[in-house]
Amino acid sequence: MSQWEVVIGIETHAQLATVSKIFSGASTAFGAAPNTQAAPVDLALPGVLPVLNKGAVECAIRFGLAVDAQVARKSVFARKNYFYPDLPKGYQISQFELPVVQGGHVTIVVGQGEKSYEKRVNLTRAHLEEDAGKSLHEDFHGKTGIDLNRAGTPLLEIVTEPDMRSADEAVAYAKALHALVRWIGICDGNMQEGSFRCDANVSVHKPGTPFGTRREIKNLNSFRFLKEAIEYEVRWQIETLEDGGSIQQATVLFDPATGETRAMRSKEDAHDYRYFPDPDLLPLVIGEDWVERTRAALPELPEAKKQRFMADYGLSAYDATGLTASLETADYYEACVAAAGQASAKPCANWVMVDLAARLNKEGLELGQSPVSAVQLGGLVARIADNTISNAIAKKVFEALWAGEGSTADEIIEKQGLKQITDSGAIEKLVDEVLAANAANVAEFKAGKEKAFNALVGQVMKAAKGKANPQQVNDLLRAKLAG
Amino acid sequence: MSLSLSEVQRIAHLARIEVSEAEAETSRNHLNGIFSLIEAMQAVDTSGVEPMAHAQDLSQRLREDRVTHLDEDGSRRAAFQAVAPETEAGLYLVPKVIE
Amino acid sequence: MIHASLKELAAALAAKSISSVELTRLYLDRIARLNPSLNAFVTLDEDRSLAAARAADARIAAGQAGPLTGIPIAQKDIFCAQGWRTTCGSKMLENFISPYDATVIVKLEQEAGMVSLGKVNMDEFAMGSSNETSWFGPVRNPWDQTRVPGGSSGGSAAAVAAALAPVATGTDTGGSIRQPAALCNLTGLKPTYGVVSRYGMIAFASSLDQAGPMARSAEDCALMLSAMAGFDEKDSTSLERPAEDYSRCLGQPLKGLKIGLPKEFFGEGCGAEVMAAVQAAIGEYQRLGAEVVEVSLPNSHLSVPAYYVIAPAEASSNLSRFDGVRYGYRAPEYSDLNDMYSKTRAQGFGAEVKRRILIGTYVLSHGYYDAYYLQAQRIRRLIANDFVEAFKECDVILGPTSPSTAFKRGEKAADPVQMYLSDIYTIAVNLAGLPGMSLPCGFDGQGLPIGMQLIGNYFDEARLLNVAHGYQQATDWHRRTPAGLE
Repeated sequence: MSQWEVVIGIETHAQLATVSKIFSGASTAFGAAPNTQAAPVDLALPGVLPVLNKGAVECAIRFGLAVDAQVARKSVFARKNYFYPDLPKGYQISQFELPVVQGGHVTIVVGQGEKSYEKRVNLTRAHLEEDAGKSLHEDFHGKTGIDLNRAGTPLLEIVTEPDMRSADEAVAYAKALHALVRWIGICDGNMQEGSFRCDANVSVHKPGTPFGTRREIKNLNSFRFLKEAIEYEVRWQIETLEDGGSIQQATVLFDPATGETRAMRSKEDAHDYRYFPDPDLLPLVIGEDWVERTRAALPELPEAKKQRFMADYGLSAYDATGLTASLETADYYEACVAAAGQASAKPCANWVMVDLAARLNKEGLELGQSPVSAVQLGGLVARIADNTISNAIAKKVFEALWAGEGSTADEIIEKQGLKQITDSGAIEKLVDEVLAANAANVAEFKAGKEKAFNALVGQVMKAAKGKANPQQVNDLLRAKLAG
Repeated sequence: MSLSLSEVQRIAHLARIEVSEAEAETSRNHLNGIFSLIEAMQAVDTSGVEPMAHAQDLSQRLREDRVTHLDEDGSRRAAFQAVAPETEAGLYLVPKVIE
Repeated sequence: MIHASLKELAAALAAKSISSVELTRLYLDRIARLNPSLNAFVTLDEDRSLAAARAADARIAAGQAGPLTGIPIAQKDIFCAQGWRTTCGSKMLENFISPYDATVIVKLEQEAGMVSLGKVNMDEFAMGSSNETSWFGPVRNPWDQTRVPGGSSGGSAAAVAAALAPVATGTDTGGSIRQPAALCNLTGLKPTYGVVSRYGMIAFASSLDQAGPMARSAEDCALMLSAMAGFDEKDSTSLERPAEDYSRCLGQPLKGLKIGLPKEFFGEGCGAEVMAAVQAAIGEYQRLGAEVVEVSLPNSHLSVPAYYVIAPAEASSNLSRFDGVRYGYRAPEYSDLNDMYSKTRAQGFGAEVKRRILIGTYVLSHGYYDAYYLQAQRIRRLIANDFVEAFKECDVILGPTSPSTAFKRGEKAADPVQMYLSDIYTIAVNLAGLPGMSLPCGFDGQGLPIGMQLIGNYFDEARLLNVAHGYQQATDWHRRTPAGLE
């Protein structure tokens, strides 16, 4: 098996976050009653004509700038002709020879920890096109129902070079792209609703020989399906070839229930779409001024932000990557640091990526739904930094904030009397009491058992109800035991 | 250039027009006549000539991203579907689609 | 009254010597009497027409009338009109009641206050030069009912020529306004591409289609174009230009006008009687003070080949929406989805439409695109450039509209190529996107009308109309009407 190399290219359809459709004034909102968001243009009534949505073009420009691509000064809309009931005109308006975004690249991090590596995935192009409607296959007396609410929703189809070499790389790319389109606000990324769908072109070959024949797996709407589908497809292709068979170019569907792929019957005309420039639409011309205005309005991009986090906050590459996984996370983190003080940047990173993330995960919540705000968390970290509370107490305060027991960490610390004891007189008193009451442990320690020391620390902390400053307790104990 | 009967059938299938064998033969003759008319074009040297897709050399005008089609009560859908061959529950019905 | 000009009709309406309702009834009565033999109208709705006439009368009474308010009109059945059956001459749309209005309909009915008498016959999906391809049967030429009225706007032409309507809308993709105007003794104008909105006009070849008026004089056409033209945000190819009064140049002297005569239009291929009438018209223009210069359109012989690649290619795609799913005809029996498509389209479209869909599908298909479609687009550029060069030498271009007068029904129906050659003089104008007109300039020995074509530079409609108007002030060909249709 190891002699086969896997080659993957991905085409992603990202629904653009416009309020109206790409060529009509119907809404793009998800979930309306069937065919109530289908204007005459979307129904392809005789005589209707498309007019291009400026918002969709703006999204394409944002994307082109975000992936360091060429934003074409002139691009052309073409008709892709095929018959399908969810394609009302009998053609899809797309871009073929001159797409709006040309080239570009996305940097991905594959794997975790020590074994992780960075890779650049090159983009061929990204073009604007319209989405199709939906075919509903539940039984209407053996017929299919057609809902055209989705027809005409603007899509950016983002096409990579065949640069990926494993399902893991493909998933890392899809995740990075998913984060990026949300980051720049051009797609809501809702995969359940079909806002972000991937097609994977998969082939296998022996290194040093030409690429194998590829099969395209359509419409993968979760990262897990993407991974499972590619892994199945790779196994299938290798087995087929090793059994002396050959691969025929095909479009296939992944069935999550069986975990298998199968060829699509509806794609028999796929080889002859008869593309030609749409005579109803003129060339799309994008001026330098529009590109520059869009560039100025773009948020700081993930890669730049990651570098800045490393430089300004002294974060590791790993932390900086994690905190720039989404704009939401990065914004939360920066608000947290602003509240805690820049000196606490590293503890803020730990709180956001470890404690908060774990708590959110446990409750199945997104960052945007966190009951603890960035400012609240920053206020908490600040109290650790100034020794008002210990880390252990901080976890209690965090839980209290989560439960809404107070509006700030300070309020909770005050109300629940959690302030750390730093008065060395008070701590000395507790230490003396513990030493007096635990002669056995003292003797063990003096006999060289370090463990006994920890037991003594524990006793002091217990006596202090956890509020004594751990460092001070340590120092005093050592001094007393040495004395 | 001359079209074969199987080419006529291939094109007819791409265009989703059923053509009987007799019709295919008539179509073939007509199409070949028309293609011989079109052939006159082939001899012309057009190297360096920019293809002309539109009558005017203009660029696409853009629409502001606003919702202008509203149909909250489904009355427009009802009007549009009044001319449809077959609908149910607001959906257009077609013979079973096999993906 | 039935042969009055639009200006005269407006004056009579304004003077209340006739009401719009009376005028509408007058035409509806003539339609009831004469249409059964002419077959110009395919859909009538008397209640609807009379309601519009009453609304127009109210507008006139309120002093809010425009120059066309209350005047009846025949609408080519290619324009979607809400509540009207809109068939495009096809079985495919035999029962299609449009749920929306074309921009041209909005402008003429709602804005100008004109009264639609009904929808008029046409070649199916505007594909034809004789009106024989209509699902609703051929239209007869009022000048000789054994002959064709031309096409595709044959119903429009027959309706106006027989005075079943004072004026009509038409559309022109390769000559579909000008050729029937010539064959029926009318004045018809195809404007510069983009001047009249295509929204709601059922597409044949999107980059060539343009709507325009068919009337009895250039003066009427000017009034009509002023109402039909204008920027429309619903049509991306509509031109953003200020509104124009296309009558503004009427009456200007023609002295010093430079008329270009393309030598390619005056060679072989044109009937002798047509040529003689056109030559006589040139003499008339010279008497009116115009100068004549020879120009050349060296690639014009390529316009028919280029057109029969580009127009079918666009049509093959434009007509894919007729699939039996959302509206229109659906075959009664089929085995599965593809069979439903193939039978619906085989049964719903007529032979000529199917032929053009097949040509278009072929020239766009894999392996042929460059040799056919791209080559045709390059030739289209050469043809347009020829006109740019020619207009450096002249103000307007003049020639025949059609190589022959009206031919017999059935004469060319069996041979598509012969039919296509009816449009040899008109097609280049659509490829270039220029404005073109046809106006009456005489009759042949059988008493059949002859038309001449005037071609203007881009956006030069007002001048073009005045050039035609000047001729019509000096001649009376356009005033002649067919006999036996009282």
